[in-house]
Amino acid sequence: MNVILLALGVLGVLGAVGSLVLYFVSKKFYVYEDPRVGQVEEVLPGANCGGCGFPGCHGMADACVKERDASNSLGSLLCPVGGSDCMAKVAGILGVEAGAAEPKLAVVRCNGNLECRPKLSNYDGVKSCAVAASTFAGETGCAFGCLGLGDCVRACTFDAIHMNAITGLPEVDEEKCVACGACAKACPKLVIEIRKKNAAKTPAVKRVWVSCINKDKGGVARKACASACIGCGKCEKTCKFEAITIANNLAYIDPEKCKACGMCVAECPTGAIHCTTAVQTIVEKLKAKKAADAAKAKEEAAKKAAEAAAAKAAEAAAKVAEAPAAPKADQPQ
Amino acid sequence: MKTFKLGGVHPAANKLSAKAPIEVAAVPAVVAIPMAQNLGAPSKAIVAKGDKVKVGTPIGEPGGFVSSFVHSSVSGTVDKVDVVEDPTGKKVPAVFIKVEGDEWLENIDRSKDIKREITLTKEEIIAKVKEMGIVGMGGATFPTQVKLMPPPTAKPQCVIINGVECEPYLTSDHALMLAHPEEICIGVQILEKAMGVNKAYIGIEANKPDAIQLLTETAKKGFPEIEIVPLKLKYPQGGEKQLINAVIGAEVPSGGLPIATGALVQNVGTAFAVYEAVQKNKPLIERIVTVTGKSVAKPSNFLARIGVPIQQLIEAAGGVPEDTGKIISGGPMMGKAMPDTNSYMVKGCSGILVMKNEEARRKEASPCIRCAKCVHACPMGLQPNFLAKFAEKDMLDKCEEERIYDCIECGSCSFSCPANRPLLDWIRQGKPKVMGILRARAAEAKAKAEAAKAAAAAK
Repeated sequence: MNVILLALGVLGVLGAVGSLVLYFVSKKFYVYEDPRVGQVEEVLPGANCGGCGFPGCHGMADACVKERDASNSLGSLLCPVGGSDCMAKVAGILGVEAGAAEPKLAVVRCNGNLECRPKLSNYDGVKSCAVAASTFAGETGCAFGCLGLGDCVRACTFDAIHMNAITGLPEVDEEKCVACGACAKACPKLVIEIRKKNAAKTPAVKRVWVSCINKDKGGVARKACASACIGCGKCEKTCKFEAITIANNLAYIDPEKCKACGMCVAECPTGAIHCTTAVQTIVEKLKAKKAADAAKAKEEAAKKAAEAAAAKAAEAAAKVAEAPAAPKADQPQ
Repeated sequence: MKTFKLGGVHPAANKLSAKAPIEVAAVPAVVAIPMAQNLGAPSKAIVAKGDKVKVGTPIGEPGGFVSSFVHSSVSGTVDKVDVVEDPTGKKVPAVFIKVEGDEWLENIDRSKDIKREITLTKEEIIAKVKEMGIVGMGGATFPTQVKLMPPPTAKPQCVIINGVECEPYLTSDHALMLAHPEEICIGVQILEKAMGVNKAYIGIEANKPDAIQLLTETAKKGFPEIEIVPLKLKYPQGGEKQLINAVIGAEVPSGGLPIATGALVQNVGTAFAVYEAVQKNKPLIERIVTVTGKSVAKPSNFLARIGVPIQQLIEAAGGVPEDTGKIISGGPMMGKAMPDTNSYMVKGCSGILVMKNEEARRKEASPCIRCAKCVHACPMGLQPNFLAKFAEKDMLDKCEEERIYDCIECGSCSFSCPANRPLLDWIRQGKPKVMGILRARAAEAKAKAEAAKAAAAAK
């Protein structure tokens, strides 16, 4: 009995001393944190992906509060994962107006699948794009495109990017992608770009982009990959909105200026310009129209040629008719 | 017999072309001379389409401090300035020259006589070495003139010449030592004069007894300060830091330059190139290259002009055999596998190794069993198993703590691993990142110190 009491007493005293120490330490070393930071962090997704540019959601919450105090708005801060809904909640907590957030997503800018970009050598090193990229130019003739070893897939914490075994290229799941940019950072070839999703404009997502980053001269690029951008400039001439620029033998479509009309997609001779299904239907129509126009033009040309031929024949016939007539006249009778 | 203290491995030597004489490779109809042939900044082309060039005409100038001149290796007309693939398949700028005849610049001494007397001064030698585009011929291609101008705090004491050739298969240095022992010794004396020292060692591994004997006899006949040091076989003895340790016993401090030990290390090929540049006025336009492999019909040593297609050299050695798994530029330990044979001869190409499919293929990696074979093998005293893991997980602070920057990328760890783990592949990922951090930190510290100095001066 005594032993138990002794033990209880000792532990009780130790506990009391400990609690006193902790009390004074917590008072002495108290760090004030704005309570709003905690509240904002509550509504952030908690993925800690770093897509906003801050180290985790706590960093983002802190930045939001500081930005609000500094400029009375949220500035250009955006949580790519939560999107505008999440930022509206943050704005609500901080009592400011939420800016319209533009949804974005990751776009793979390489369409060199196994068929149009044949492998010329076999890499048997570590299955990592970073290691392969530092070792050599790539298994195909293209030194710019996707290496296909899946560093982007491993970097994605949202299960939004997967390798397609048939094409050997990564594919982005539009539903799941939150544009955190982890894949773009992981890609040693800088194939992945974070672009505007363009979901808000129309019910169907309309997006057009050049799915190639090969900066080699046209002939070299074409030799390495049948669907490479060869920098021919046809798209640039076709575009009515001056959205396309060509630099270093490569076209780039400015997502701010692009109206997703699909003209350039129909015009591209190598199929390097890609678009979403909504645009594809327009493109099909454009192509059909183009084909019809071409057929019509051909028909007309053929008609003209036939007419011209007929006229020529008639002329020749007339000449022939005339010709014998003349000697006839000269003929001695 | 001497060797270096820490680590090392013993790969099979396979010196198939050791007995092969030096053959002069044919000059093709067109050569392509890459402009990125040295460590550091690539050179800038200074010729344009249609220009007439002779053998020895400069066609590229240094693109920075650590950079070098490039010279035409043939006479003819510049066809175009375009891009070519380097041995790793990456595109680099190059000058294409259509060959017409074989006309050399008049001031190049093409006679066979050996010129003993060194008339140039220290400064003139360094200027000549720069003008003639000499780079480290062991494979690292570091511009030699930069190495001959050590920081003022360094106290040079001796020159160490690397005739080790510890890479399996390669015999280009061996062939050179047998063919030109006296020229090499004169080249060594030129290097001594440039550094202001009066002692030199030539380190040669014991598997080249003929070269050891020949050079010892040559040194006895008029080069008393040159000592030939036979070395016990061990890879990577040809590493700069390992060679210093093996020959004079000194250890290069971690993160420091090799010159801190007082030794300047140069390859035998570089010594020969320096001789030709200084005594014969001949730029670096050709070198000896080994084309070898177990399946190669005729393992050979070629004296090939810079810019000759690699494909042509392989053809000359009997062509690409049927069952080829890899073609490597350099040796099997540190060389790089080439994605194709479309590249051209460069100054740093010491060998072309054709490997059979089965010997080339990597074996599947299994988990690390902590046997520490890589730790024993590492010649720099590092822990490659940890370094590889830290680098893979991007734990750069741990990489720095474990001195990843000391790694010489010799591959002894990957070679010794019984689980076939790709240790060096990962270490190579982490090393440049850590080096970048260190450089940024140094630059920041320097800027801070300068700002403080400026502030003090203003006061």
